[in-house]
Amino acid sequence: MSASNGVLLTVNELTISYGNIRAVKGISFEVHEGEIVTLIGANGAGKSSTLRAISGLVPYKGEVIYRGQNLHDIPADQIVALGIAQVPEGRGIFGNLTVGENLKLATWQRKDKAEIARDYERVFGIFPRLKERINQLGGTLSGGEQQMLAVARALMSRGRMLLLDEPSMGLAPVLVREIFKVLQEINQSGVTILLVEQNANMALRVAHRGYVLETGLITLSGPGKELLVDQRVKEAYLGG
Amino acid sequence: MIYILQQSLNALQLGSIYALIALGYTMVYGILTMINFAHGDLFMVGAFFCFIVATFFKLPFIPTLLISMIGVGLLGVTIERVAYRPLRQAPRVSAVITALGVGILLESVMLVIYPYPQSVPTLLPNITWTIGGVTISLLQIIIILLSLGLMLLLDFIVRRTMVGMAMRAISWDKSVVPLLGVPLNLVISATFALGTSLGAAAGVMYSQAFPVIDPYMGVLIGWKAFISAVVGGIGNIRGAMIGGFILGGVEIMVAAFMPSTYRDFVAFTLLLILLIFRPYGILGQPRPQKV
Repeated sequence: MSASNGVLLTVNELTISYGNIRAVKGISFEVHEGEIVTLIGANGAGKSSTLRAISGLVPYKGEVIYRGQNLHDIPADQIVALGIAQVPEGRGIFGNLTVGENLKLATWQRKDKAEIARDYERVFGIFPRLKERINQLGGTLSGGEQQMLAVARALMSRGRMLLLDEPSMGLAPVLVREIFKVLQEINQSGVTILLVEQNANMALRVAHRGYVLETGLITLSGPGKELLVDQRVKEAYLGG
Repeated sequence: MIYILQQSLNALQLGSIYALIALGYTMVYGILTMINFAHGDLFMVGAFFCFIVATFFKLPFIPTLLISMIGVGLLGVTIERVAYRPLRQAPRVSAVITALGVGILLESVMLVIYPYPQSVPTLLPNITWTIGGVTISLLQIIIILLSLGLMLLLDFIVRRTMVGMAMRAISWDKSVVPLLGVPLNLVISATFALGTSLGAAAGVMYSQAFPVIDPYMGVLIGWKAFISAVVGGIGNIRGAMIGGFILGGVEIMVAAFMPSTYRDFVAFTLLLILLIFRPYGILGQPRPQKV
């Protein structure tokens, strides 16, 4: 099932510390081109920190290599230009900007006008509701719409790889299913996805491969379908 | 009636200057939630730039204005880079103390260069018209129109351009901005450049209206402009403009009808009363709580 072509992202011995507390203790994993890979684990396991390190938002030790390029000393806004777009925890919508402005700001690094126009078409094709609300302030959207806007924004920055931090958080189950369905469609259009989730059940269903993170260490890994039926995962994350 | 019209014109002139300076306070607060207490002194440096360029290079008004704005804009960017950026993660109070220190530094350096008040050359022809008993000078018209023009330009930049969009985004949530590929520091530098160059424009115009300048001229005017920004709703650009005109209007009207020593007392009392009823200022809103 794994749609593995080349390796897109390699994380090597990643260690992240906040003061004296080590949040991530030397983890290594890979994401292949075209895959959905998920990192699951409890609150505080180090999932968000890992994504923040890849995006260049927190200092770390170890290596993050994207398309053969070491990202360690590259500033966060330049990492976006390389094609890595993060949808942060809590969605990070600018409530004082309109839906259209939220999307437009994400094209800051791009000069390709024709391509940008095509990406607007594509994004509004996936999320027709955003087109209807283009002049509405981001703060007036519902939680589900904000999540869609956050994903749309990541696509507008020309993300070839999306890092998603808890996209299901705070959403009704029906909306969670809708978001995950869209994520699969986006993935099938050629975008690689690294997904961090507490909702392990949903994440493992859509992921080609998964890693289980426990207090800063990877304790299990394997194809999504296998982890879904693994006894240890079931007990710890899927409610037995 | 003529007296009131005449005073209204004076109020517009003074209000324009307060509004231009207030914009600098409000823009920096909007993106960094920090009060740049050196801003009044940057206004003073703008006036001295005008004095130096006009006295020693004998340039006309527009080039003098542009040189002052660019010079002070670069100074503002440098101050942010050297003094404020290293403290961005520090408690707000450290940054505020630093800003006060930068202000005192600017005053002291200027005092070393110019220990005595200086007289600024007049750059505009002294033309006045009398219409129905109201006297209007060319200088007044230029101050009012130029200020309005600069404010419209700023409003356009903030509302319609990518940089302006990024400034508004930063004021909402700074942490997300880099994730969209927007270089945070560049936008913050642009904000300082814009805000301080508007302060410099105010300094140039003020030094044409009140041509004797000294290194401490920015202190009281800076405080008044800061209060204008608070009255309008700090962090709100249109609020700063409104606040500037309100303070200018109140001051001129108090001085027009009462002994002039009452001016600051009455003006500030009225503003304090306004803040009791609108604690976030006229256009300000409580900042959204982030979860």
